Amino acid sequence: MTDQAAHQAAHRGLDLEEPLLFDFGETGRSGVDLPDPEPVASRLGGLERTAPIGLPGLSEPQVIRHFVRISRNNYSIDGNLYPLGSCTMKHNPRLNEKVARLPGFADLHPLQPESTIQGALEAIHTLAHWLRTLTGMPVVAMPPAAGAHGELCGLMAIRAAHDAAGQNRTRVLIPESAHGTNPATAALCGYEVDPIPGNARGRIDVAAIREKLGPDVAGIMLTNPNTLGLFESQVIEVADAIHDAGGYFYCDGANLNAIVGKARPGDLGVDAIHINLHKTFSTPHGGGGPGAGPVAFSEALAPYAPLPLVVRGDDGFRLVEHREGQGAASFGRMRAFHGQMGMFTRALTYMQSHGADGLRQVAEDAVLSANYLLESLKDDLSAPFDGPCMHEALFDEAFLQGTGISVLDFAKAMIDEGYHPMTVYFPLVVHGAMLTEPTETESKQSLDRFIAVLRKLAAAAKAGDVNRFRDAPRHTFRRRVDETAAARNPVLRWTPPTPDAQAAE
Amino acid sequence: MRYLPLTGDDRRDMLAVIGAASVDELFRDIPASARIDGLLDLPNHQGELEVERAMTAMAARNRPAGAGPSFLGGGAYRHHIPAAVDHLIQRSEFLTSYTPYQPEISQGTLQFLFEFQTQVAMLTGMEVANASMYEGATATAEAVLMAQRLTRRHGAVLSGSLHPHYRETVRTQTQFLGLHLDLAPTDISGGEDLASRITADTACVVVQTPDFFGNLHDTTDLAKECHEAGALLVVVVTEPVSFGALKAPGDMGADIVAGEGQSLGVGLNFGGPYVGLFATRSNFVRQMPGRLCGETVDADGRRAWVLTLSTREQHIRRQKATSNICTNSGLCALSFGIHVALLGEAGLRRLAALNHAAAVRLADRLDAVPGVRVVNRTFFNEFTVELAAPAAAAVDTLAADGILAGVPVSRLVPDDPALANLLLVAATETNTDAEMDALATGLTRVTA
Repeated sequence: MTDQAAHQAAHRGLDLEEPLLFDFGETGRSGVDLPDPEPVASRLGGLERTAPIGLPGLSEPQVIRHFVRISRNNYSIDGNLYPLGSCTMKHNPRLNEKVARLPGFADLHPLQPESTIQGALEAIHTLAHWLRTLTGMPVVAMPPAAGAHGELCGLMAIRAAHDAAGQNRTRVLIPESAHGTNPATAALCGYEVDPIPGNARGRIDVAAIREKLGPDVAGIMLTNPNTLGLFESQVIEVADAIHDAGGYFYCDGANLNAIVGKARPGDLGVDAIHINLHKTFSTPHGGGGPGAGPVAFSEALAPYAPLPLVVRGDDGFRLVEHREGQGAASFGRMRAFHGQMGMFTRALTYMQSHGADGLRQVAEDAVLSANYLLESLKDDLSAPFDGPCMHEALFDEAFLQGTGISVLDFAKAMIDEGYHPMTVYFPLVVHGAMLTEPTETESKQSLDRFIAVLRKLAAAAKAGDVNRFRDAPRHTFRRRVDETAAARNPVLRWTPPTPDAQAAE
Repeated sequence: MRYLPLTGDDRRDMLAVIGAASVDELFRDIPASARIDGLLDLPNHQGELEVERAMTAMAARNRPAGAGPSFLGGGAYRHHIPAAVDHLIQRSEFLTSYTPYQPEISQGTLQFLFEFQTQVAMLTGMEVANASMYEGATATAEAVLMAQRLTRRHGAVLSGSLHPHYRETVRTQTQFLGLHLDLAPTDISGGEDLASRITADTACVVVQTPDFFGNLHDTTDLAKECHEAGALLVVVVTEPVSFGALKAPGDMGADIVAGEGQSLGVGLNFGGPYVGLFATRSNFVRQMPGRLCGETVDADGRRAWVLTLSTREQHIRRQKATSNICTNSGLCALSFGIHVALLGEAGLRRLAALNHAAAVRLADRLDAVPGVRVVNRTFFNEFTVELAAPAAAAVDTLAADGILAGVPVSRLVPDDPALANLLLVAATETNTDAEMDALATGLTRVTA
């Protein structure tokens, strides 16, 4: 049987098997009608491509059906609650999509003359104003493409500031609970990572920081609210200690959703913080990106912000694209062009929809919902830290002790109940962590259903219904996939069947 | 507020369950001195109509590239994108899903990533490609860092015809890592000698084709020189439609291909988000940055997809990871993949031929304008012309007349009088003969 026939035989109701594009495309067909090219004297200098590329040819209906079918194998926030801690999977308003597609934003070339892009520069400038106001910090750098890119932006500014002061500092303090991007970013700036242990309350003690401080410490990277879903209550003391030692305070802003409109990082002593527009400001995650990670800077780091800058002059908005004027001390350019404009227009639309009052309500509802989960589930599951939490409720594996069921099994059983699992096994400092973030866009009914399902599963686990967990998921398009086999023998692309294999069929 | 489902009653009931008297009690860990009592100095919430009106007014203060003749390139190109692309990427299941960390309920994303990886590998002529980077310049910087890890050397030679933003991005991203970059002087001739710059500490040579000025390069000999010296060749491509016309980098000795995928499916978007392409040889895969989707089977033995080789990545390896990248450009990779699927082999070749034909016609027309000289001997869909006057002023004048004439080289490489009169001009399948006439007429006027 051919691959395609085997696939078609395996449909189950609305679960339609769909082969790879390469399994059924045929050379010669195309889903795009284009005119015949006019014959011209080639200027390709003898570099014409003669070998086939190997791309399959498909008509438009085939392509539409292919992608619609495979899309149905995805979970989405539009479909159900998506409780991934640290990811802020909130509703993505469709107005944002509509605005981002206006030709006046979407069909702009990044190198058009400034006279033709005043509205675009105004949009960037306005978004930066909202971010400055919400963070209480004087300057926002717009170029970073994602959170980790924003971290790089912040750490490079710190490094540039120390270099400008003639200081050779080599060490960055990072709590053990941090996102992996933090130490990876510090390494990209040539820094050595010095881990800081947390205390029994899930927080960093200022005493632990003081112990590590010295003239070689460039700064600290602290996530606040932290990755355990808790607010670092000694944050101002931490900032003061870092500053007294001549270092800078980088804040990982992944969890800004919990405090937007309730507290400003600038009032907490932060020198740089990245803002994931795809988390707090609801640009869609798109299956892993794109995002955007603007960075707010304190006065001390502002001069080193990356290029380009958008500035407002007497005769309109202007781009500073080279080291001159306000950009004279910039650490440089970290990408082509100006930033993630498509994310900026979405985020600005979202902010204007919510306004100052709505954004504050966002934080309050997100925190309220997480505490509601924590309180409702802490006796059925187990919680390593007391509340109140911020916008994430953290559970751990203690309630599964002795059941023979792992956190991974529990997560897969949630899938059978129609739920995407929470973030599991992160942060690393908590055994079998289950970091749960409901966001502010779930109704109470939705939260109650989720609570009921988790209670039911916890009871089943404790009752010894082991197979229900180990065999999970059983009701999905694909059952548990073999990750070990994938890594042992990596198959990372489709390759044409060899003539021998075809003969054997 | 239309996006917030909780009612006042809900909030009261939830607080009662929690045992808190007010929501502010939940924020008590924030130091009192830093708590905001009232509202920040920003406008309050607005309805959809009001927001749309304000944003539409802002958009109207721009001139869309497609509103008239536009010949802008320089690393971002205006192409026709089939309507099916934007329809498909707006499906909830693609648009509003997260990174496919739970493969059993993410097979849709994983399958399109596997298809994207295959398409990019085929187009670049390489063995493997990753699931996307942010965009072309950062992909190039990652390629240099990967070459450094693979060769354990500390130098890199960057071509003088590499896109200036890419050169600057590589410089920025490597500046604190003890790498020494050899930045070859700006080269508009297409004939620079990079081989002579290779030393015993050169990890890689980075060359772009079609290059920033539009010249095409056969990198076969340069690759040989690199390999004899123990260095790697990184080839950068900023116009992926060229893959439909030109010999693949993998067939000209490339070890790593880094590129920008924007032309296929993504659109101009004022510079972002775009999609970085990254491809290499199979034996280098464990030093690759970014996510990889692999084939495997599920518990019933059915073919399935899963993120793999993640021990390279930051969430496992932390400071020893191959990169700090986490969020990538997944949805733009999907746009790219759908556009390539619609085109297919025949469509992409035809699209590339149309682009080349348009550029040749435009070059012939502009070469006939007094005071305008086409600099290139070879090009794909973009070339450089030398004007009799500074290009930046000419571009501003023509913009006032509704023509986006091209990119003045001085915008990206300022302060070099030798480049002041150079203008990059791109032509794609979207440009009509009437638009080309308008540009020729306009340039006649401003150079007279």
